[in-house]
Amino acid sequence: MAIFKSGVIFEGVDTQDENAWRLAAYEARGGYVALRKILAAQMPQDEVIAEVKNSGLRGRGGAGFPTGLKWSFMPRSFPGDKYVVCNTDEGEPGTFKDRDILRYNPHALIEGMIIAGYAMGTRAGYNYIHGEIFEAYEQFEAALDEARAAGLLGQNILGTGFNFELYAAHGYGAYICGEETALLESLEGKKGQPRFKPPFPASYGLYGKPTTINNTESFASVPFIIKDGAQKFLEAGKPNNGGTKLFSVSGHVNRPGNYEVPLGTPFTELLEMAGGMRDGKKLKAVIPGGSSAPVLPAEIMLGVTMDYDSISKAGSMLGSGAVIVMNEDVCMVRALERLAYFYHEESCGQCTPCREGTGWLYRIIHRILNGEGRPGDLELLDSVGNNMAGRTICALADAAVFPVRSFTKHFRHEFEYLIEHGKPLVDHKWC
Amino acid sequence: MLSAESLASIDREVAKYPADQKRSAVMAALRIALTERREQGQTPEARCLTPEVIEYVANYLEIAPVAAYEVATFYNMYDMKPVGKYKITVCTNLPCALSGGVSAAKYLSEKLGIAIGETTADGKYTLLEGECMGACGDAPVLLVNNHKMCSHMSPAAIDQKLAELE
Ligand SMILES: Cc1cc2nc3c(=O)[nH]c(=O)nc-3n(C[C@H](O)[C@H](O)[C@H](O)COP(=O)(O)O)c2cc1C
Ligand code: SF4
Ligand code: FES
Repeated sequence: MAIFKSGVIFEGVDTQDENAWRLAAYEARGGYVALRKILAAQMPQDEVIAEVKNSGLRGRGGAGFPTGLKWSFMPRSFPGDKYVVCNTDEGEPGTFKDRDILRYNPHALIEGMIIAGYAMGTRAGYNYIHGEIFEAYEQFEAALDEARAAGLLGQNILGTGFNFELYAAHGYGAYICGEETALLESLEGKKGQPRFKPPFPASYGLYGKPTTINNTESFASVPFIIKDGAQKFLEAGKPNNGGTKLFSVSGHVNRPGNYEVPLGTPFTELLEMAGGMRDGKKLKAVIPGGSSAPVLPAEIMLGVTMDYDSISKAGSMLGSGAVIVMNEDVCMVRALERLAYFYHEESCGQCTPCREGTGWLYRIIHRILNGEGRPGDLELLDSVGNNMAGRTICALADAAVFPVRSFTKHFRHEFEYLIEHGKPLVDHKWC
Repeated sequence: MLSAESLASIDREVAKYPADQKRSAVMAALRIALTERREQGQTPEARCLTPEVIEYVANYLEIAPVAAYEVATFYNMYDMKPVGKYKITVCTNLPCALSGGVSAAKYLSEKLGIAIGETTADGKYTLLEGECMGACGDAPVLLVNNHKMCSHMSPAAIDQKLAELE
């Protein structure tokens, strides 16, 4: 199910209409006006980038890096090939927004990428799509065909002499390919193992050429910024947190789904939109930004607003905007065990601290859960985590450690109880 | 070894990349090869990727067989082991587990009489547990044969789905 309040990306999109994704429907909503405006005016590249900078758009893929600033790092005068790449490898547990962009509004992404290509002087782009959503990939291919047929993609776009090609690539089951350099390796037809940084993709990206990578939602926000102006986008959110944001709400709510709301919306409002707690149960905890973000207990969560700054002040991160809601029946040891298994399973294995550390974390939590925990296990979790975080090629190791630290911090008594008594404090029910 | 249709699909993938970067098409080519084997294969052994198929794909793309083999083993949706006519992958990651993902896996396991990771004796079904499919709002979700996503899979919906998979 997909439910949207008005916003930047889903404004006017009728998700019940099976043709909502098509070019004609997109153009009827004001689609490709931004691109036409830029091309007709031959808007200078600097101006396009300045507009994106002024909008306050921050990357929607997890790190929240300012998009306009990232674009300005591209060596535009570099004479050879350069690329823009979209990251639709949405695999962060809890996140399902980019799939809905492909399903209901793929042309917003296509238009955003064409504009990015124009602004950074690149001739080609790729969208790398998560393996498990094959049907969305096929539909995106169809949307690309429509854009090509309409002269919006390819050679001499809209007769202006501007050339830009865009292709879709499809993953086949590896969370790590969401990490941008692993994604590039995968696009090159290799194992998805992250690269050392620096060099950053802006200087050494796809096939060693300058490359800019953004999340699907980031690119899909660009047409609005160009069409309606940076100021309007900024005002849709709050200072330093421009725009609306898609939140994927999952877990123990009555209406899981995607909600596009202004950044800065109180969490309580979002929860209400999602139908409130299922079965009238009490809220226990929320992971506010995808499984890699620290968990927050209900007391803290009920006081935050949904934006980068407020959630970071509360001790977590907005991440990908995946809001995982847990009720009073959840045993936090069991919940953490499931996440620890995931990171262990998905480590690409090239750094020893991550390959070995994720296994250690999982095995320790697993034995605590099974009533075989030992005194000192919580300290051991700490020390394993300290030997992982910040000591690896990519941030997957940190992503594995954040949940462990936050679960054992906020819900320490549940872990201690299990270690001491060999049985859980909370009689766990998944649903 | 692959049909003309599959080779034409691979050619379309190759065309997406610069002429000197045919290797980029290896993931799609392996997917296309696997899909053909799944559709044509009559036994679990005939439905998965084999070293011969991988080598054939590598030769077609003019890359080293080991390069293609590395890719086939790194990404977990490529079936490298014998697989049933219907491979069912249930998401049991945390967000789904909170909305019936674990129960759905258990229900399927009981109903098919196999544990996670096993194939039924008649070679019809393989049951697997998967990681987040980017569809957590529709939990419980499962994938049939890698490409068909099924949403809101309550026990009744699972019964109906299994009846369709004849
Ligand atoms: C382990 C790991 C997984 C990631 N997964 C994703 C993902 O699924 N989608 C995404 O857009 N970014 C993901 N990222 C972040 C990307 O590396 C990159 O920062 C992002 O795509 C940049 O786009 P943005 O600036 O528009 O956010 C991941 C990072 C790490 C370390
Ligand atoms: S931190 Fe883990 S996932 Fe990242 S590169 Fe190292 S081993 Fe691979
Ligand atoms: S956790 Fe199951 S689809 Fe995301």
